[in-house]
Amino acid sequence: MVPIHAFLLLAVILFGIGAFGVLISRNIIVMFMSVELMLNAANMVLIAFSRALGIVDGHVFVFLVLSVAAAEAAVGLAMIITIYRNRETINIDRYNLLKW
Amino acid sequence: MVDYVSTVNPDFSLIAPELVLLIAASIIMVFIPWRKMATFAPAIALLGVVVAFAYAIGQWGHQSSGFAGMVTCDNFGVIFKWIFLTATGLSILLIGQYMKSRGIDRPEYFVLLTISALGMMAMANTTDLVVMFIGLEVMSVPLYVMAAFNRRSLESNEAGIKYFLMGAFATAFLLMGIAFIYGAAGTTNLRQVVTDFNYIAAGRGMYLYAGVALIMIGFGFKVGAVPFHSWIPDVYHGAPTPVTAFFSVAPKAAAVAVLLRIFLYGFADITMVSHSFWVLAVLTMTVGNVLALRQNNVKRMLAYSSIAHAGYILVALTVGTDAAISAAIFYVIAYTFFNLGAFAIVALLETRMGAESEFEELAGLSKSAPYLALLLAVFMFALSGFPPTVGFFGKFYIFRAAIESNFVSLAVIGVLNSFVSVYYYLRVVKTCYFDEAEKPQKAVFVPATVGLALVVTTVATLGFGLFPQQLLQFTKQAIFAFL
Repeated sequence: MVPIHAFLLLAVILFGIGAFGVLISRNIIVMFMSVELMLNAANMVLIAFSRALGIVDGHVFVFLVLSVAAAEAAVGLAMIITIYRNRETINIDRYNLLKW
Repeated sequence: MVDYVSTVNPDFSLIAPELVLLIAASIIMVFIPWRKMATFAPAIALLGVVVAFAYAIGQWGHQSSGFAGMVTCDNFGVIFKWIFLTATGLSILLIGQYMKSRGIDRPEYFVLLTISALGMMAMANTTDLVVMFIGLEVMSVPLYVMAAFNRRSLESNEAGIKYFLMGAFATAFLLMGIAFIYGAAGTTNLRQVVTDFNYIAAGRGMYLYAGVALIMIGFGFKVGAVPFHSWIPDVYHGAPTPVTAFFSVAPKAAAVAVLLRIFLYGFADITMVSHSFWVLAVLTMTVGNVLALRQNNVKRMLAYSSIAHAGYILVALTVGTDAAISAAIFYVIAYTFFNLGAFAIVALLETRMGAESEFEELAGLSKSAPYLALLLAVFMFALSGFPPTVGFFGKFYIFRAAIESNFVSLAVIGVLNSFVSVYYYLRVVKTCYFDEAEKPQKAVFVPATVGLALVVTTVATLGFGLFPQQLLQFTKQAIFAFL
């Protein structure tokens, strides 16, 4: 059996890649994809622990997280389309009307 | 084989206020296609909020949990239900005029508002981290849409997209934290975590601490603590002003409720928590106040001021005694009223053509709208913490709790910060009363609904300021039942 630390390490690496992607990418779609990667890393932790502990709660929680992520994606992509129509760019650095 | 069905205990009276809001939102959604019926949307939403409030009053004093431990009904949760419903009701009252002036008076807005309030109530009334997560998302997703509600305004678009990205980023941290706590404890219910705390901390302490740190980052974003505050000024500035009014009180109160529940009940035995909050509180108060000093836009100034106010509440979280928790709840109630009041006036002034809430637009307000100028001054005095407004007592109780628990340095930093904040709040009063307008200001039309909201917030700001003891007694009862 693969030890739980292997799964956790993979999940943490995925989470790190996602967080890094959000921080350095300037494209909203890529930022959004990176956030989804972070959520899936968390799902992986849940499943790994659920399997290791022998409790099914974690599996069920993953389904809830997936549906929440889907709802968020629906709203997020709709907003990206709206702002693209108005600004014709998806580069976050160009959204600079609001700043101190 | 455990019989889950009989242990689930689906007691629907526990979620009656949430159900009422859900029904109100559904009715509005059904009516949206009929234009004539859709004009009743605010009335239906308001009625739903009032009925939900009545149910929530009936829940005071009961201690029970149901739905397999997923829903907890205690005084702490109920008092926060009242706060969310009050904020929602007042937001409904002050929305109409502004939305009409911007051409976005759509009934969908009220669906989003009520669903968001539903999510907040679910968040505050549970000890289970899974339900907190779902509640947080039910609250946040409508908020993203509300920020971007003015589809044609580039600022509103930008506020929505920034809020969405930062919110989703924070959610990912929160979820990772919950996953690690699940791994450490084998459960997501805080009550179970508290019972087995020593066993968990000894066995899988590393996972537990990683989870707690990640959850703190996640909620740091939500409550707007420095260094996770960068989205707040942009979102508050870009969103339609009545929406900003709602943003600055209700989601913040919800985040505070969950922070209190998680860190002062669930993980109260971890000493690092208090140290981390100390740093966050000092940074949040100082950065919020210092950056507010140099703002030339009233809305943006109020955004930075809301960061500073989150800092004062974090002081109470650092202290963590019963006195501090009741002071934090007191502060949230007080802040809800005077901050909503301040934003209500800013929104009213923005209904004039071409107004953008710059400081110069306030010049000569005492002549063109003397009553509004007076009320604005009252709210500014409350925000900066002058007696006899409730703002003074909110700060006083928090700092007293800090000194009683030997956090003297923290209290001193807090008081110094309050002095700094006086400068930028009184600048608003000075501009209203002593600066001459360059060109004659247009008269401001105050609709009856906004007038009612202003009366409620003013009476609460001054009334609770005259009788703070009664309110404090009330918030103390909310802690004794901290389930």
